[in-house]
Amino acid sequence: MRFVDEFRDAEKAHALAAKIASLCEPGRQYKLMEVCGGHTHTIYKHGLEDYLPETVTLVHGPGCPVCVIPMGRVDDAMHLAAQDDVIMTSFGDMMRVPGSNGSFFDAKALGTDIRMVYSPLDSLKIARQNPDRRVVFMAIGFETTAPSTAMTVLRAAAEGLKNFSVFCNHVTIIPAIKAILDSPDLRLDGFIGPGHVSTVIGCRPYEFIARDYGKPVVVAGFEPLDILQSIYMLMLQLAEGRSVVENQYARVVPWDGNPTALKAIGSVMELRPYFEWRGLGFISHSALRMREAYAAFDAEGLFQVPGVRVADPKACQCGEVLKGVLKPWECKVFGTACTPETPIGTCMVSPEGACAAYYNFGRLRRQRVQEVTIS
Amino acid sequence: MTGHSGAPASPGATAGPGITASPGTTASPGINTSSGTTTGADTTTGPGITASPGATTGPGATTGPGATTSPDTTTGPGGTAGPGGTTGPRDFAGTGASGMPGTEAGLPQAAGWVEDALRDHHRHGSSAPPAPAVRADTAPDREQQVLDRIDRARRRRPRVKEERITMSHGSGGKATRTLVEAVFLDAFRNPLLEPLEDAAQLNMDGARLAFTTDSYVVSPLFFPGGDIGDLAVNGTVNDLAVAGATPLYLSAGFILEEGFPVADLSRIVASMTAAADRAGVEVVTGDTKVVQKGKADGCYINTAGVGLVGQNVHLGVANARPGDAVIVSGPIGDHGVTIMLARGELDIEADICSDTAPLSGLAADLLAATSGVRALRDATRGGVATILNEVASAAGVSVVVSEDDIPVRTEVRGASELLGIDPLYVACEGRLVAIVDGGEAEQALAAMRAHPLGQQAAIIGTVAADPPGIVLLKTTFGGTRIVDLLVGDPLPRIC
Amino acid sequence: MCLGIPGEVIEFLPDQPDLARVNVSGVRRVINVGLLCDELPKPGEWVLIHVGFALSKIDEDEAKAALDFLESIGQAYADELAALQESRIE
Repeated sequence: MRFVDEFRDAEKAHALAAKIASLCEPGRQYKLMEVCGGHTHTIYKHGLEDYLPETVTLVHGPGCPVCVIPMGRVDDAMHLAAQDDVIMTSFGDMMRVPGSNGSFFDAKALGTDIRMVYSPLDSLKIARQNPDRRVVFMAIGFETTAPSTAMTVLRAAAEGLKNFSVFCNHVTIIPAIKAILDSPDLRLDGFIGPGHVSTVIGCRPYEFIARDYGKPVVVAGFEPLDILQSIYMLMLQLAEGRSVVENQYARVVPWDGNPTALKAIGSVMELRPYFEWRGLGFISHSALRMREAYAAFDAEGLFQVPGVRVADPKACQCGEVLKGVLKPWECKVFGTACTPETPIGTCMVSPEGACAAYYNFGRLRRQRVQEVTIS
Repeated sequence: MTGHSGAPASPGATAGPGITASPGTTASPGINTSSGTTTGADTTTGPGITASPGATTGPGATTGPGATTSPDTTTGPGGTAGPGGTTGPRDFAGTGASGMPGTEAGLPQAAGWVEDALRDHHRHGSSAPPAPAVRADTAPDREQQVLDRIDRARRRRPRVKEERITMSHGSGGKATRTLVEAVFLDAFRNPLLEPLEDAAQLNMDGARLAFTTDSYVVSPLFFPGGDIGDLAVNGTVNDLAVAGATPLYLSAGFILEEGFPVADLSRIVASMTAAADRAGVEVVTGDTKVVQKGKADGCYINTAGVGLVGQNVHLGVANARPGDAVIVSGPIGDHGVTIMLARGELDIEADICSDTAPLSGLAADLLAATSGVRALRDATRGGVATILNEVASAAGVSVVVSEDDIPVRTEVRGASELLGIDPLYVACEGRLVAIVDGGEAEQALAAMRAHPLGQQAAIIGTVAADPPGIVLLKTTFGGTRIVDLLVGDPLPRIC
Repeated sequence: MCLGIPGEVIEFLPDQPDLARVNVSGVRRVINVGLLCDELPKPGEWVLIHVGFALSKIDEDEAKAALDFLESIGQAYADELAALQESRIE
């Protein structure tokens, strides 16, 4: 596969690993955060940590838009799905996320009409094909996905569709990063910056991290070599005492982002004054909702969702995992009461949640890994 | 999304529609394109959040999450957290958290099922309660302790926690296995059922028989490469073939939906006839039922099959031992991806078709070529990954496979990447996985490649001693990861 | 949020300027290219696909630059290894 395979070349990985190691100051520990859940997934899926020296640790960040949805919002979505004439449409990622009373999957088992879609456009198609039903699209994702939702709404408006609406749970990445930076619990040396979010917002929004907090940022692609190269670039900055934003993923990410996409978001959506993030609490101006002009497509307005807040379960430490304060295995219920089969928290359910990634892919001590791979 | 950078939110008010967060806030600058000028020092946009010490941002700053690590989150069940929950505006030292739901409106609800789940877990689990917060050990040791605890948890007696059957229970993954072990095996328990192989091995008056059953509920009924009839015959034949048996006789029970076109039924039956001829079996008994419109998705087929097992054949996944080779008979994932695309929901076109085929000939050739075959399995739902896990857990060994060596058609790979699923978990319907004595691997491979259905056979890995019960994959990239069972079907992901 | 796949633009749909057919390793899907309307991709160009939309064009020059960098690192590494080997022979 072009633009994929070339970035999975093992030899080059060894070369990068050697270079990373050579930049490590003796006795110094390095903590780099990959913000993006997709990066966490790649790191575990390709065993990237095997390539890093012991002194370089990767800390997993909150860039998993499914992981940060609080239970109350899941309950709201379930309420929408339960309406008689509603067809709920959702990405696969959301299907198993549990609310107070089960997940979409469980509701489906009870007969609720919930359908998995690959694109919001598929949801629109279902709306066209079912004029007597109301179709709701569960919109999740960071700025990567918001433009697609926005474009779909614009299309629906242009077609005069009367039975399509969006339950908007889009969140924005910068406030989450800021929350991490301001956390007293965490001392990070640098950031592996989100890749696909940056195709939309560009690289400028991260400048405050380098400028005001003095932490280098490298916007990274998703193939293993992309991530290794980004780590190398971060280590180089650290070794040279620089802190700037660099773009490793320049083949895809334009420095100024995608103005059309930003405009689409801006015309259809606006920032909410505040939004609750699972485990991180309320963060101001961190999520999107439909604008008044598009109220006809706003499920929250059309359906009166309960909007009840549900406390994060006491035993669930997703919040700390999302902040990078805890590693997945340090959560008290990791792997025992909370497994992919019986998840308690979102980090275990979401395909790019740190806990799911670690449990499914990485759950093995490095030493044993060396023993196995050498043979 | 452009901002009104000249219109800061006024003190005390929440940002209204059309107005972006006041400049200098940390709302995605990419969206509000504000230019970083700060307004007054009010902190009441949003819920009374204070900037954490040392932060350089202005009004409307996000909270330092240090405020949210209240003691609640670090205790286990029975911790001292009150029902106020672990997050929320009460956790932030703030001035006038205005306009936020839940601040004055009372305490948020709690999801009771979590507490129930934890109580349940401790009641039924044999593992020790969660480790205390004191971290006396060094990090690697502690991690190992946790991993050991997880190991014990995984080996516990399976229990079905759900009250209702979900689609996961039918996917061939963890949920299926738990259901089979906890409900069926538990009730029917007998030595013939215990091995849970694809076919039961019966001894009747000195004759060794393999006996299997299957149900076919695929939708759509007709797809590129075959139809439900092909699957019904081939699938049953294959379950017998991997038991080392010569498949002989099949039964075919039909459950038909009222309104189902007879022409379609005839088409399906014609496929079955052709498939049976090809496989050298006969359908010798059957049954027909009709159910009301709305049930049975058109047509469901149940089969049973019997075959004769040669005297010297003793196959079983529990026989695998360190040093054995893992061989797959051809490219994986064809069938599952074909079905996914054929359902038409994903709007993807590709020239992929189902690999449904009878493997009895291939299996027979393999068994004739070498006596070193420990086990055979056909990779159906759950994919090759499921089989590898079955080997690892039945034999208490580790299975290590190499991503580079696993054959996958380009289009299957493309579709999988597009959907975010892993071909290792995708169903096949005409592929064998063979566990063969390491010393006989080359011979086995040659025998398979000589057969039309095994031309692209490949050695994909080996069996090792350690870590037992785990399947490992050496990635193209050189790293290593675990290939665990998925809970249910691999779901397409966007993230 | 993150799953974006590179695909090659094959053709535009006749009466729908927003829609293009792309090829990902032999798999074809129609996607919406409306987000790239300022600089529509031409057949043969590559785009990044996410949930049925093209988010960005893949800049082949940048891709080449990235690969060249990796090559150079790889070569430097290979050279170093070779040098290491040679020095041991003595």
